[in-house]
Amino acid sequence: MSAEPFTARNHELPILIQNLTKRFGDFTAVDNVSFNVQSGEVFGWLGPNGAGKTTTIRMLLGLIKPTSGNAFVLGFDSATQTKLVHANVGYMSQQFTLYSDLTAMQNIRFYGGVHGLSSDELRQRIAEIIRTAGLEGRENTLTGSLSGGWKQRLALGCAIVHHPKVVFLDEPTAGVDPISRRQFWELIYQMAKEGVTVLVTTHYMDEAELCQRVGFITGGKLVALDSVSQLKQTQMRGQVLEIGASDPEKAMRILKAAQLNGRIPFDEVALYGAQIHAVMPDAQKYKEAIQRLLMGEDVQVSSIERVAPTLEDVFISSVKAPAAIV
Amino acid sequence: MNQFAISAANLVKEFKVNKHVVTAVNGLSLQVAPGETFGLIGPDGAGKTTTTRVILGLLSRTSGESSVLGFDSMNDMYQIRERVGYIAQQFSLPPNLTVMENMLFFAGVHSVDAEEQKKRIPELLAFAGLSEFSNRLAGKLSGGMKKKLALACSLIHEPQVVMLDEPTLGVDPVSRREFWNLLGNLRAEKGLTIFICTPYMDEAERCTRVGLIYEGKLIVDDSPANIKRVIPGHLLEFTPSDFSSALKLCNEMNGVLEVQTYGEKLHVFVDDVLKCKTQIEDALASQGIAYDHLREIEVRMEEAFISLIRRQKESVEQNEMIGEVR
Repeated sequence: MSAEPFTARNHELPILIQNLTKRFGDFTAVDNVSFNVQSGEVFGWLGPNGAGKTTTIRMLLGLIKPTSGNAFVLGFDSATQTKLVHANVGYMSQQFTLYSDLTAMQNIRFYGGVHGLSSDELRQRIAEIIRTAGLEGRENTLTGSLSGGWKQRLALGCAIVHHPKVVFLDEPTAGVDPISRRQFWELIYQMAKEGVTVLVTTHYMDEAELCQRVGFITGGKLVALDSVSQLKQTQMRGQVLEIGASDPEKAMRILKAAQLNGRIPFDEVALYGAQIHAVMPDAQKYKEAIQRLLMGEDVQVSSIERVAPTLEDVFISSVKAPAAIV
Repeated sequence: MNQFAISAANLVKEFKVNKHVVTAVNGLSLQVAPGETFGLIGPDGAGKTTTTRVILGLLSRTSGESSVLGFDSMNDMYQIRERVGYIAQQFSLPPNLTVMENMLFFAGVHSVDAEEQKKRIPELLAFAGLSEFSNRLAGKLSGGMKKKLALACSLIHEPQVVMLDEPTLGVDPVSRREFWNLLGNLRAEKGLTIFICTPYMDEAERCTRVGLIYEGKLIVDDSPANIKRVIPGHLLEFTPSDFSSALKLCNEMNGVLEVQTYGEKLHVFVDDVLKCKTQIEDALASQGIAYDHLREIEVRMEEAFISLIRRQKESVEQNEMIGEVR
């Protein structure tokens, strides 16, 4: 489908958002947000619950109208050229909208039909999707009896049945196991290699590390926008000390107390898996004091070293004290 | 009366689906001591939720034994309900009731008398950080606050055991940390026994013991540290410019025990870090593949999980092949 001309200025960009604002009554869900996503990019759209991530996606899809500002997808104005946007994008939400009483193949055929694929195209697409999504042998299984990872890959297949150039994935991996998550990210990268632009939201910061660029939104405002490695340098206030302790919960209580009484100027102390991440202005300076403090209370310190911040550290740092707006 | 907070022996649960028998739990045994935080992890559809529900007495078991605090799951359901808090997977609280009304509702369900309610509800709201939101509708709470309210509600009858089925699904990293801090406090201050199903491997790291369930059986049952120790070799991580060539090269290399992929990253388990690091660097250079961040990293539960499941799958396939030959 190619009808209306691209607006000359925007046609290079798969996703372009300019001063986008959405108010619901006196609540501002999205507040003057601007960014763009390049062709073939995997872009992570991150933020706390209720920050405005999904509202942004719904405006990009033309499902709701912005209060002010513009959202363009492939040069089409989402608010006024919604049909053109829909013909060219794929969308997968957390609640995969699959029909549980249809088989895997019937679901793909259904979505292909909705997008007006011819029967020849459809036959070819079904074969491709079954293969890339690793659904061989499950073609005729009722969707309702597929487990999480299978369903999720089928949902992605249905979302891209019409070869969209831009794909929106809203928390696609919530609640699926680590193996399925990895398989899913391989699919994302495969799409990106074929030139598809992907905007993805996730609460898994290890997944966000896999994005080429990420935007952080909190309280409706864009607070950071950059590559993961740049963000770690620019957005992280303080240095991260990673501490391995014999009793991490007890060590946490000791360090929290030291933070409260001002003995050590931690910005943040948190458990990160089995390790403790302590954020402070100068890690080297307080390293020994921390070690002594823990040993003094019978907590063995197996390792203590300054590490590069993870994206989760950066996320928490950005969300707690939003830096300058990009 | 036995000494375990939760116990299951040779537990079996079969479902009849369209005249077929599906075995969801297949001879599972586990014991959780009082005060432990036990994490049940496993691939999608492995039987985590079914196991939890059978132990709670919400589903009847097909055979085997299961009990909570010495009470039989099938015969003493009411005794169990009086002593156990439960958060079901994808639970929802009545959205048109306020936070306070939700607490009162659950207090009523558990027949907590008025005097006790007056004491416990403010305590629990303070504990969950919800005191100032007691008049807010549950439907208007953020995702993280809803989960904390659910936890507070599940504690209204002062249970000795809580069973939580993926309680932090779809919650942002900040709220997830807060939720786990609450669990840590419960464990430290009240000695509560916590049984939790989770797809997040960083949460599994915070459990005192982890059970890995695969096709309805517990195949690993140990502390996170011990589980990680079982995985042979050391772990190297890097991001190659040519993913598939680098993957092939590592898979065929001497000294490489296992290769895992994650987005654009490769995780390579090797027997000897120094030897293999040089070997990989040389091989990449000779094929003109660029790379960055080639370094040794700690094995996390995430990598351990994938490795264990992969080996389990391989051994099942091998046994099937042996069976066919015979």
